[in-house]
Amino acid sequence: MSDNILEMRGITKEFPGVKALDDVNFVVKRGSIHALVGENGAGKSTLMNVLSGWYPYGSYTGDIIYNGEECRFHTLKDSEEKGIVIIHQELALIPYMSIGENMFLGNEQGKKFAIDWDKTHAEATKYLKIVGLSESSKTLIKDIGVGKQQMVEIAKALAKHAKLMILDEPTSSLNEEDSQALLDLLLEFKKQGMTSIIISHKINEVSYVADDITVLRDGHTIETLVKGVDDLSEERIIRGMVGRKMEDRFPKRSGVEIGEDALEVENWTVYHPLYSDKKVVDNVSFHVKKGEVVGFSGLMGAGRTELAMSLFGHSYGTGITGTLKIHGKEVHLHSPRQAIDHGLAYVTEDRKGNGLILSNPIYVNTTLANLKGVTKRGVINPDKELQVAEEYRQKLRTKTPSVQQNVGNLSGGNQQKVLLAKWMYANPDILILDEPTRGIDVGAKYEIYCIINDLVAEGKSVIMISSELPEVLGMSDRIYVLNEGKIVGEFNRGEADQEKIMSCILSTDSAAKE
Amino acid sequence: MSKTKVLSFVQKYTMIIALVLVTAFFTWRTNGKLLMPQNLTNIISQNAYVFVLATGMLLCILTGGNIDLSVGSVVCFVGTVGAVLMRNDLNMWLAVLIMLAVGLLIGAWQAFWIAYVKVPPFITTLAGMLIFRGLSNVVLQGKTVSVTNEKFVQIFGGGANCYVPDFFHGENINLLCVVVGALACALYLFFTIRNRTVRKRSGLETDSLVKTAITAVIIVAVVMFFTMRLAQYKGIPMALLWVAVVILIYTYLTSKTTIGRYLYAIGGNETATKLSGINTKSIYFFAYANMGLLAGLAGILTIARLTSAQPTYGQNYEMDAIGSCFIGGASAYGGVGTVPGVIIGALLMGIINIGMSIMGVDANYQKVVKGLVLLAAVIFDVVSKKKNS
Repeated sequence: MSDNILEMRGITKEFPGVKALDDVNFVVKRGSIHALVGENGAGKSTLMNVLSGWYPYGSYTGDIIYNGEECRFHTLKDSEEKGIVIIHQELALIPYMSIGENMFLGNEQGKKFAIDWDKTHAEATKYLKIVGLSESSKTLIKDIGVGKQQMVEIAKALAKHAKLMILDEPTSSLNEEDSQALLDLLLEFKKQGMTSIIISHKINEVSYVADDITVLRDGHTIETLVKGVDDLSEERIIRGMVGRKMEDRFPKRSGVEIGEDALEVENWTVYHPLYSDKKVVDNVSFHVKKGEVVGFSGLMGAGRTELAMSLFGHSYGTGITGTLKIHGKEVHLHSPRQAIDHGLAYVTEDRKGNGLILSNPIYVNTTLANLKGVTKRGVINPDKELQVAEEYRQKLRTKTPSVQQNVGNLSGGNQQKVLLAKWMYANPDILILDEPTRGIDVGAKYEIYCIINDLVAEGKSVIMISSELPEVLGMSDRIYVLNEGKIVGEFNRGEADQEKIMSCILSTDSAAKE
Repeated sequence: MSKTKVLSFVQKYTMIIALVLVTAFFTWRTNGKLLMPQNLTNIISQNAYVFVLATGMLLCILTGGNIDLSVGSVVCFVGTVGAVLMRNDLNMWLAVLIMLAVGLLIGAWQAFWIAYVKVPPFITTLAGMLIFRGLSNVVLQGKTVSVTNEKFVQIFGGGANCYVPDFFHGENINLLCVVVGALACALYLFFTIRNRTVRKRSGLETDSLVKTAITAVIIVAVVMFFTMRLAQYKGIPMALLWVAVVILIYTYLTSKTTIGRYLYAIGGNETATKLSGINTKSIYFFAYANMGLLAGLAGILTIARLTSAQPTYGQNYEMDAIGSCFIGGASAYGGVGTVPGVIIGALLMGIINIGMSIMGVDANYQKVVKGLVLLAAVIFDVVSKKKNS
């Protein structure tokens, strides 16, 4: 028998319209800490969801060999019985239950109809001690901090007799001190023979804790770096993550005249809607000119979407301060309607959740933000509405048998086009495109880029938020880098490259953690 | 026809097929009594309040499966107010206006909490159900107040003499009714043809000629059969007139106006609607305020039909309305449903009711059957949705 606890061979997982994983091979040595790194959307979480049975056997192709035997997990329970426990990025704890109740949720102690609470809390206390928490197991989850909650998650995993622990971005919401404690705990577990897989964006943490590092990019395994054999410096890892060639994937944009400032934002600060003392956007100032594509780069949770939505008629956040000028005039926008009326459009990153009405046809979605364009005294002109939808279908080359199709039946790329059509029909001067090419295939991406070029050629301004560095670099006239709610870098076209942006983010990341 | 074609046909016309089957079943079991002129008239008159309330309820359900539990109590309260006013010899039309205003006011009161304070509709209207039932009792002091204003009863009622007078004075048959039926058919045909030519001219898709023709023939046949039957009895019940007005207005509102579009949009995806610059709060407010108004109308119809107001009136009316909506194809998650669908749902319930009554089925079993029909309809909705996704 090999000393590999896990081998995943030739894993391929497709979602409608995209291949999230393409023939991925992933080998984890027993008793090691294995890091899985890659850009947003590289397929890390998908791979782990395949492993844990979240995506059941049959919904992917390839083999999972665990402890020398082939496994076919149909549910999370199946994999947990074998000792594979996944700890998700979002904490899955119930605030108004105690630590003990949470730890044994779905794994109740005692009999089915007679939970043994004494045993529950005794066991809970035992595991809490292992992870170094001194709280009573009867404390409610809502009363302890995020750092401690993460520890409870780990204790919960231990209580399930985990042999292979998967941690998806475990430190993303922790401060430096808590992160350090968590990483040290993992090293401690390693000494006792536990195997861990850690997904992380924070390269410094990865090089600190990991024995092996596997790099995923666009659903492919790129390489596995081994401690002591390969160079595990931050630069080396980043190169692996972003190291694709800049191919001719972006249509040329020429002859677009860049004019005066269309949008100016000064000292913009936004607080979290629930935790009103948490700054999500911190004193941000930037400007966008007429005919310009401005890219916003940064990691997930950097505050880009929040910035965009707060500008779009205060659709996000509380305690918003700062000034917003459109075409040189200061405006106060308190609702999406006002924002639209001032020529702003926000094309959401979450087209299914916040953008489209999937159960309604294309034409309904197309006119939704500007229904008065096809309306007379509150009455819709159905023929005109269909004509408008048809016009945009042709303009954006949306592939559909008819504009009466429900949007839910379209592929991701075509849905994105409908979403763009909706906002183009609202006739804005400034479009904020949030992850405009997320989850769509390469061909459709190219078409979206062409649409962006057409928009600026018409004299509109485009703000493009994207987590894909090549896209930001390939499309933008100027790039702002956002991290933890602050602008940490600004580059002109040609000045920036992937390494520069990445290290810009990462250096402020560690600096901010003081 | 291929198998998939049959399947999609069944899926598209489920409600109509169900209606035809149920009608056929009860016609058979009652030896044709179901379709006798008097029974057909009764289906309309007895269920007038259901049609009106279900239409209003649909708007609430469209916003996201939200229901209004208070309508039964509001019907009772509005009826109480009206009966008391008319007992004190208030002008009948003034009383009607006041009743509608009271309904609208109650609707606005609940709508305010639901739309602007975000109190869950279920709770708000549950409270309303208790409040207005209680208030009706307080005003009536537990007694019955009879409605003696004959003109009021004649105009809004569904009783023995509440029919649109036959201006043509037909013998043995109500000529007006026949004329109205024919007129309705003519109008329908006119609009179908006009719509078709206009769409053809602007190059938009149209249904095939055969399909349009078959649909038209069926609709004309059903309408003429129905009006002929009514004409053989006493003609057009006044209640039908009011129901028709409500159906026409709200079919138009939901399918042709911006406010209708927004109702569907909210139920389909509330955040997307909000981010499209639509004031979603005012749409919620509209739906619930409007429900109050229609409950007011239903209250008028109810006391006119029963010629009195009692503290127990309107009980379970909310359930009839909600049931009709879901049977009629409204989605329990919102965003899906049409006024004609809901009317068919209400009709289906009405036919099952009257069919079983003619057959002499025990009232308690009738409830069991209605419950099962409702459950079956929603199961069908949920399952067919699952298969589609």
